[in-house]
Amino acid sequence: MSGIAGNDVVTRQAGVLPGEAAHDALAARAEIVAMTQATHDAALKPRHPGGLSHAERAALASRIARLNADPALAEHYDALMREASASAEVERIADPAFKGSGRIAALIAYTDLASTRPKDAGPGDIDALKQAGIGDADIVRLAELNAFLAYQIRLIAGLKLMREQG
Amino acid sequence: MSEALHAFTTQVPEWRPRVKPIELAEATPEQLEALQVTPSNTKVSDYVLVLANDVETLKVRSPLFNAIMYGRGGLSRAERELGAVGASIVNRCIYCAAVHASRYNQLTKDETVIAKIFADGEEAELDERQAAILNFATRLSRAPSEARPEDMRRLRDAGLSEEEVLDLILSASLFGWANRLMHTLGDPIAKDGFDSGNGR
Repeated sequence: MSGIAGNDVVTRQAGVLPGEAAHDALAARAEIVAMTQATHDAALKPRHPGGLSHAERAALASRIARLNADPALAEHYDALMREASASAEVERIADPAFKGSGRIAALIAYTDLASTRPKDAGPGDIDALKQAGIGDADIVRLAELNAFLAYQIRLIAGLKLMREQG
Repeated sequence: MSEALHAFTTQVPEWRPRVKPIELAEATPEQLEALQVTPSNTKVSDYVLVLANDVETLKVRSPLFNAIMYGRGGLSRAERELGAVGASIVNRCIYCAAVHASRYNQLTKDETVIAKIFADGEEAELDERQAAILNFATRLSRAPSEARPEDMRRLRDAGLSEEEVLDLILSASLFGWANRLMHTLGDPIAKDGFDSGNGR
């Protein structure tokens, strides 16, 4: 009867189990669950990562999860970071206290803005990325990664609330 | 050059990119394929041409967007738009708020709800079901999320089914995504003959 396998990141992170009302609701939207996983894979492990490596994507995602008070999701991205053989330097990105320098600092500054204060974004924030040598296509990749995480984090938070108040 | 808009409006502005859209003439086969599955396939907007810079994400994101906003059953289309508007006012995405507020108005043929939301934000006085939806969407849209069990209970007390609750979570969350693209990668610009000083 279930239309979802339950092994996608969102269902697993929210802890939704067969038999629960939230599981039935997800099963009725099985296509959306599958497409959500596909967007996760496209943002984190694209075939052509451009100038933003899989390791950097995972490290930024882990940072965003921590900035949004979701340590369990951060652990998922820490695992992806190890899978991508992240260097010690890239691993530091995952720590919200780390600000970095040069290109890394620019990636982090945009990420911290988009993930916690998107309403404050202005033209200067994109100029700062360009000045750090980040090209237009990579700016879009960075924005999509941040934007996907904002969606995923809220979907998981909402599903957890559905279960708590079930 | 026209000034960027900073006040909420139901008149859909233009969107001026801050990064380079791809050139349609130079698009790869994968980009052309991704561009076809966007909602506006007759005329490709600068926004979609900007997103085509990350074609792997665009290709899967467009069908996801359509499924969440237009999929059959569950929450009404107008109430999904209300979820989108809630996220867009928290994230101050003027462009997204304009598009989805005007869709809400078209679907409901009632402009008073959006007028109240643009005037009073999250404090707008709405009927209980609308208020519960706006409350949940705005609280979920904070970073970190500030949605609490009592906000979820309010949705159920207002009569939302489990399927409707999930659709609201999806539409509000999806606009956490859309707002971050629209609001950081470009500016909303008044169209000609449009009063930008009084967008409310």
